[in-house]
Amino acid sequence: MARRIKIPATKYPVERFTLDNGLRVVLTPDRSAPVVGVAVVYDVGIRSEPEGRTGFAHLFEHLMFQGSENLEKLAHFRHVQGAGGTFNGSTHLDYTDYFEVLPSGALERALFLEADRMRGPRLTEENLLNQIDVVKEEIRVNVLNRPYGGFPWLRLPPVMFSTFPNAHDGYGSFGDLDSATVEDAQAFFDRYYACGNATLAVAGDFDVAAATAMIHRHFGDVAARPAPPLPDFDEPGLTEERRDVYTDRLAPLPGVAGAWRVPDPIGDFADYLPFVVLAEVLTDGDASRLVERLVQRDRSVTSIGGYIGFMGDEFQVRNPTALLLQAHMPPGGDAEKVLRTVDEELDRLATNGLTPGELERTQARIATHLLRDTDAVLGRALPMAVLELQRGRPEMLNELPKLVGEVTEAQIVAAAATLRPDRRAVVEVLPGAGS
Amino acid sequence: MSLRTLPDLIPDGKLKLPRQAERTLAGGLTVIAIRRPAVPLVEVRLRVPFGRTPLPRATLLSQALFTGTGTMSSVEIAAELQAVGGGLSAGLDPDRLLITGNTLASGLDRLLEILAAVLTDPAYPNEEVATERDRLVDHIQVALTQPAHLARAALLKRMYGRHPYAVQTPEPDQVRAVRPAQLRALHADRVRPEGSVLVLVGDLNPEKAIDAADKALGSWTGPGKDGDLPPTPALQPGPLLLVDRPGAVQSSLRMALPALPRTDPDYAALQLANLVFGGYFSSRWVENIREDKGYTYGPHTSIEHFLAGSALLVAAEVATEVTGPSLLETFYELGRIASLPPGEDELEQARRYALGTLRLGMSTQAGLAGLASMYASFDLRLDYLRDYSAALATATREQVADVAARFLAPSQTVAVVLGDADKVHAPLAALTAVERGVA
Repeated sequence: MARRIKIPATKYPVERFTLDNGLRVVLTPDRSAPVVGVAVVYDVGIRSEPEGRTGFAHLFEHLMFQGSENLEKLAHFRHVQGAGGTFNGSTHLDYTDYFEVLPSGALERALFLEADRMRGPRLTEENLLNQIDVVKEEIRVNVLNRPYGGFPWLRLPPVMFSTFPNAHDGYGSFGDLDSATVEDAQAFFDRYYACGNATLAVAGDFDVAAATAMIHRHFGDVAARPAPPLPDFDEPGLTEERRDVYTDRLAPLPGVAGAWRVPDPIGDFADYLPFVVLAEVLTDGDASRLVERLVQRDRSVTSIGGYIGFMGDEFQVRNPTALLLQAHMPPGGDAEKVLRTVDEELDRLATNGLTPGELERTQARIATHLLRDTDAVLGRALPMAVLELQRGRPEMLNELPKLVGEVTEAQIVAAAATLRPDRRAVVEVLPGAGS
Repeated sequence: MSLRTLPDLIPDGKLKLPRQAERTLAGGLTVIAIRRPAVPLVEVRLRVPFGRTPLPRATLLSQALFTGTGTMSSVEIAAELQAVGGGLSAGLDPDRLLITGNTLASGLDRLLEILAAVLTDPAYPNEEVATERDRLVDHIQVALTQPAHLARAALLKRMYGRHPYAVQTPEPDQVRAVRPAQLRALHADRVRPEGSVLVLVGDLNPEKAIDAADKALGSWTGPGKDGDLPPTPALQPGPLLLVDRPGAVQSSLRMALPALPRTDPDYAALQLANLVFGGYFSSRWVENIREDKGYTYGPHTSIEHFLAGSALLVAAEVATEVTGPSLLETFYELGRIASLPPGEDELEQARRYALGTLRLGMSTQAGLAGLASMYASFDLRLDYLRDYSAALATATREQVADVAARFLAPSQTVAVVLGDADKVHAPLAALTAVERGVA
């Protein structure tokens, strides 16, 4: 039996406080490199966009960069980059994030910029039309003009879910994007972009007292607005398999993806965590179950991956969510056969358990991935902001490697036993290139 | 609404380089170990000179490098690495074979042992190689349907003509013809320590880490082979090459311009000119074609360095119906920066971006490992960052204007558009000479 390597932990300090206006703040200083990361996360995402406005949460994210109370269009980008920093934002199912990484001397500037747009973006017809065009080009690059665009993250939800929040296309239809108005944007901001519905996290090279003073200075007078009620997007799980199949006119080879509902990542964290480990037992590297079987032995797939959350954000997603497997197949590949083999391997795991050392080595590798992510200031600021938002426990970032290391074989076996064909949603992509 | 003032920046401190050590082992391998103990991990990069190797074999070798040793199967290699929280993978560029990995710091010795076995005792088992060969062929088939890949392939051919850099992805049939014995022969001939550089970055004592590398890799011996390639030919501007992709909803616009190597005294000025033109979000070109016109999502330019030459590359995916106007604006912005000096403010903004992002790039183990390994393959060390920072800080407006005139002139572009030719040919031909071609 393999000697078990000790899983190390990080000890990033965590300071938390809440401003009078309701903004929750996380500070995690670390002076090992002269850089800071600033993240602001709002508790609204794709699942909250209204019917008839698919893609709106993402479009609105773009509008948050188009100027604000004291900032002209283009000013945000120029001020961040002119300080030697980088920026971005991203829209997820349950939240939207905005962030900067900068040399540490630019911290106060980043806080100023985030506070300014938290008070209100400049929502104009001209900027809206410009960003609708930009978003359409983003969708063309990532979905319409490439093979396997949106597979499976945009293709599986409508198969797996029945309610609009969970099932709809988060990038949005061009028709819905074209229908968006400045009034829609203002209403979306008013409802969801309240400081009581947001968290701010700062990571890296700063003094806690100085940063706290800066945060009070810049965010202290953002008008207090309460968070809207947190919606419950739960819906019943599947009781019989659901399938979809489509032809991708740009794809040269077939592919298949399957998804199974998993326990509530927040409410049932103890039951949920084994699925995170299971996904890696199944697909992380050449020694994992499904790679060894399907890629190496059967050669029925050329690649297979497994993860939780349609956007791969397993510790930053709310219920309902799923464990996903996706595979690309060689020419003439048979999705049925791949699915049958997956079922067989899951049965074998559920019946015979793990091999000696299998769990320990998987946990060790997950620990490396987790620790590696936290080496970057943004790899601390962003997840801590989301952990604060969703769980009120940003320090959980330090604990994850250990928690993963505590998952037991019995839990993995129990988790594997739930991944039954009748609980599964499947989407199959057929190659249409050249035909 | 009260007007608020943007806070000032606190000037950056002096650039601090991490503690490091370097030694060339008896077998010829150079090892650089750099301490950044922020997380208990070590990042590993190994670059092996691989110029003048046959592309199909070299590509498959990089895909099959971990398929087995004299004593371990591919699954055992992967499991043994995982057991210490480790992982290794390999890739190829036109100059080097690159092995990339990381591990829990406590697993470094074991990872180095496994790496040594892969380097000195490779098996390339027939079955596993056949699997990897099929996977590589499938992977190339998929790449051949990706516009970004096709556009790059067409551009490389235009840029490099008969130089080996002209083709960087093998044909599927060429890969199908590679035999395991050829991989074994290529490995024996070219996976050699002399000229190779191993970089270790992380929670380590630099001298001890080099000792560990010496212990594990001491048995890796053998002189290097001359893999130097002739210098790249000068770019030959000519008609824009239009490659048809019927039904494409976007056109892939690509251009190449001449550039300087990192060690040239004018390199910092050229990088600043590149930034002002199109090398970051707040550049003229991006603000123009994205934020003003909405033609595109992620246009970008960058200077690409290979051992035998450097080039400035321009890339944008633009909507089919605005392909002509996008080319117009691109020519306009190139012409503007080549003809008129940049403004003081925009130059300062680009300068601060260049200096700041250098520091961001050095702020993680993986960032440091990537930089140190990349520089080492050009015979540079991390202290190059000091010289480069000083050059960025002092480059004058006149220098930037001068290199922009020499390197960014639209008359010098080699241009390729991949798109729906029936729709975009006429709009492009209104602006420049166009010839049809294949990818």
